[in-house]
Amino acid sequence: MHSSFPILTALIVTPAAGALLVALLPKGRPELVKLAGLLTSLAVAAMSVWLLASFETGEAGYQFTSQHPWIEQWGISWNLGVDGISLFLVVLTGLIFPIAVLGSDPHHDEKPYLAWLLLLQAGVMGSFLSLDLFLFFVFFEIVLVPMYFLIGGWGYDQRIYAATKFFLFTMAGSAFMLVGILATVFIHRANTGVTTFDVVELTQTADFATSTGRWLFLSFAVAFAVKVPVFPLHTWLPDAHTQAPTAGSVILAGVLLKLGTYGLIRFGVELFPEAAVWSRPVLLTLGVVGIVYGAVVATMQTDLKRLVAYSSVAHLGFIVLGTFAITSQSLSGGVLQMVNHGVSTGGLFLMVGMISERRHTREIAALKGLQKVAPVFAAAFTVIMLSSIGLPGLNGFVGEFLILIGAFLTARWWTVVAAVGVILAALYLLWAYQRVFHGEPDEENRSFPELTWREGLVLLPVIAAIGFCGVYPKPMLDRIEPSVDRVVALVEERTDFESPRPVAAEHGDTSGDESHGDSEGEG
Amino acid sequence: MLAQQFQGPSVDWWSLSPLLVLLGGGMVILLGGALTGRLWPKGLYAAAAATTAGAAAVLCFFLWDDVIDEGAQRLVGDALVLDGFGLFVTVVVCVAVILASLLTDDYLRRESLDGPEVYGLYLMAAIGGVVMAVAHDLLVLFIGLEALSIALYVLAASHRRRIESQESGLKYFVLGGFSSAFFLYGIALVYGATGSTNLGRIATFLDDSVAVGNNDALLLAGVALLLVGLGFKVAAVPFHTWAPDVYQGAPTPVTGFMASAAKAAAFAAVLRVIVIGLEARQDDWRPVVWALAVLTLLVGSVMAVVQTDVKRMLAFSSVSHAGFILVGVEAAGRGGDPTAADPGISGVLVYLIAYAVLVLGTFGVISVVSRKGDGATDLTAFQGLARQRPALALALTLFLLAQAGVPLTSGFIAKFGVISAAVDVHSYALALVAMLAAVIAAFLYLRVIVSMYLTDAEPGSPAAEPVRVPMSTGVAIGLSATFTLVVGFVPGWLLDLARDAAQRTLG
Repeated sequence: MHSSFPILTALIVTPAAGALLVALLPKGRPELVKLAGLLTSLAVAAMSVWLLASFETGEAGYQFTSQHPWIEQWGISWNLGVDGISLFLVVLTGLIFPIAVLGSDPHHDEKPYLAWLLLLQAGVMGSFLSLDLFLFFVFFEIVLVPMYFLIGGWGYDQRIYAATKFFLFTMAGSAFMLVGILATVFIHRANTGVTTFDVVELTQTADFATSTGRWLFLSFAVAFAVKVPVFPLHTWLPDAHTQAPTAGSVILAGVLLKLGTYGLIRFGVELFPEAAVWSRPVLLTLGVVGIVYGAVVATMQTDLKRLVAYSSVAHLGFIVLGTFAITSQSLSGGVLQMVNHGVSTGGLFLMVGMISERRHTREIAALKGLQKVAPVFAAAFTVIMLSSIGLPGLNGFVGEFLILIGAFLTARWWTVVAAVGVILAALYLLWAYQRVFHGEPDEENRSFPELTWREGLVLLPVIAAIGFCGVYPKPMLDRIEPSVDRVVALVEERTDFESPRPVAAEHGDTSGDESHGDSEGEG
Repeated sequence: MLAQQFQGPSVDWWSLSPLLVLLGGGMVILLGGALTGRLWPKGLYAAAAATTAGAAAVLCFFLWDDVIDEGAQRLVGDALVLDGFGLFVTVVVCVAVILASLLTDDYLRRESLDGPEVYGLYLMAAIGGVVMAVAHDLLVLFIGLEALSIALYVLAASHRRRIESQESGLKYFVLGGFSSAFFLYGIALVYGATGSTNLGRIATFLDDSVAVGNNDALLLAGVALLLVGLGFKVAAVPFHTWAPDVYQGAPTPVTGFMASAAKAAAFAAVLRVIVIGLEARQDDWRPVVWALAVLTLLVGSVMAVVQTDVKRMLAFSSVSHAGFILVGVEAAGRGGDPTAADPGISGVLVYLIAYAVLVLGTFGVISVVSRKGDGATDLTAFQGLARQRPALALALTLFLLAQAGVPLTSGFIAKFGVISAAVDVHSYALALVAMLAAVIAAFLYLRVIVSMYLTDAEPGSPAAEPVRVPMSTGVAIGLSATFTLVVGFVPGWLLDLARDAAQRTLG
């Protein structure tokens, strides 16, 4: 499996180089610019698929690691690696960009648009692959710049406000994290005499005093909670989503928000297990509040895009619940749900973008009876929407169900409330669907164009992923689970938290074993 | 009686060579310019000033080897020192002169100002700055401070046809005179308390007299007055009120020079006097520096956000940066191991060079955007710059993002250095305040970026007028941008230099 080709470095460098190439191409040749952008993103997609194919199933640790000194004075290195937790996020990042590039049109200034998009991809890839705290922070921060310009340059009316809010919220979170990172490294140095930003080494040798660990965890958790976003730090998200161009929303929902949930697992639970267990009640509560709040507010929205944005808040609440329930199933479900949410919400944003492209409005009230005039379009929307609702047989169900059965064992009452969210999701999405697609189309909606071939081609992989993962999630879970178990084992080793384990670790597609609720230890 | 014959201190001329080169170059430009009138092609003045500063910087590298081999040395009867710290700051000042000269050349032509005086004054100010950085005696430091300040007063007022420039020079002069008086009185009080103006002897005296400590009031009052004087020069809150007016009114390249060279020299003096000279009394001054840092960070950032004139914004942002550097100062001087490099000092040094280059690049762009008359510095003057001059807009974006501390730029490395120094000594609260102040300040940089990229110039407004980028200015901006990125991606060499400099600081 360890080929000599530095695949992970290539996954970061290729889009960055592509961005540079696009930026250097002449402005008067938009077709050349588009081709270069598309080819770069396709090359990255191919590499990420290759990574998926050569990933060793059943291996819990990091694979394809590559480490080169960068700033030796500070013990910082270019340190990359991928494990089951980050694997599918990396693949998702690789695949969603060509979809975003093909599935939406910037309308003006293609050159900087594509350059920023590719730079964004490099940053997101880097964040998921970094095993060095400094390097992670660098990528985590650098992501803000292209996203800021994408929202600000190609978004809707309130774009500047939304872009600035996005930038400042995230940066404020990062301010805490940077101090936390430095404190972690220096306290670790005081304890062990080794200056390192290496996450693996820190995880293995970290031995923080209880209160120190809790403070450090908090500094990280704030940054990630803004990014996720966890209620009540979510207020930037609806604005950013609503105002961003379609590709921006797709990527924001698809992968950018996952930086937060991924960070909570990798740099929260794994690095500070004691503090993670200690903070469970608060974070579980915030997650569940997010689920219910997001769902209720989504129901009330009149703007289709804002509705999907609030549904994101709800979905990410599930992932937070799964993460801090800290059972093998709930965490696996959480990781899976990160990918599922990326696929289905990304798909929804894509389709809302298509509607807005056709009708120049996203107001639910202005849309009516689209099913009559564009049945294929409506069918595609239905599939993606049902996946977002969590219909059995589609991918959303697998993730949510795993989270719920996993979390039920260690966080029963939170799970009970969270389950309400599943019903609410059906409510707000179906109601919106009913208003937009059902009924007789009025004058303005009668000429709504049907799905084009190109759009169909873009949606095809999304729908394929929804179907495949819904029916046969085992290949994904097989790769996710060993790494998740490693995290759970670490938590159990470092704390007196006991995570109940299913007797048989077999996962049928949707046949969760409910009979294992034998110990409901609350930590 | 031979003993009565005056015995001058021995002078190691080679070790003083950077100063001598700057002095010689300054004299040649001033005298040559005055005597030969308009014979010189205009660009030659700038070239001469830049070459002089470049030569001084090169000499610093030769001297650097000596310092590495032989350690720090005392010069001219212990009035000056030759050490890594002094050489590093000398190079920062020289770099500032080079970039400022490149920016000034076109500026003078555009504004139809003539005269070599500006370049001569740059070099004179540089001499003052270097003397401040290498002084080992409070009085020598004061001479450096005055040389720097007086040159800057004149420079600020050097645009003869702009009333704002005159106002700026006068304000700076009056307030600067005040602060010099404070500083001088502080020297007198410290002399009264310790019996010497020599930093080495002051340190020795304080080390020995810890147990006695009966002169506390005198000493503390002296230290406080020294802090006021230096705080004025670095524009630390509450001694910052001159900065916005002076920055806004002064000719733009001069503003850049002020924000880089003067700030670097003043912080060098702060470190010399407070951290190194008064190390024994760090428990007394550290809380004061802590409070100054917090105030400077917050007031600077918040006030920057509400400005509409870009030069004023950057004046306040420069105040906020001073706060960041104060975070490094607060963290300095606490290392247990005297032979190891002090992360606070090396952090400040990295910050000074990174900020000097950044701010000169920024003001370089502003200088060309301000157009003829040097008046178009309102936020609206930047509208649509990205369409009109994409490369220029990109460069300014880079400088602004770097000032905000976005990774892969020198600004991030600089911020990381001082923040890590602060966290290293458990100044968590201060580190956090600094980072949050950076977020506030980021809003202001974003405002400029929004103006450039996301809003279009209205036809007929000043922003619609074409922006001309002459070559020398372009070169200066290009050099600054390159440095910003190189340090952002490969900071190792600079960190090594700063560490060596901090390690070989005369304590």
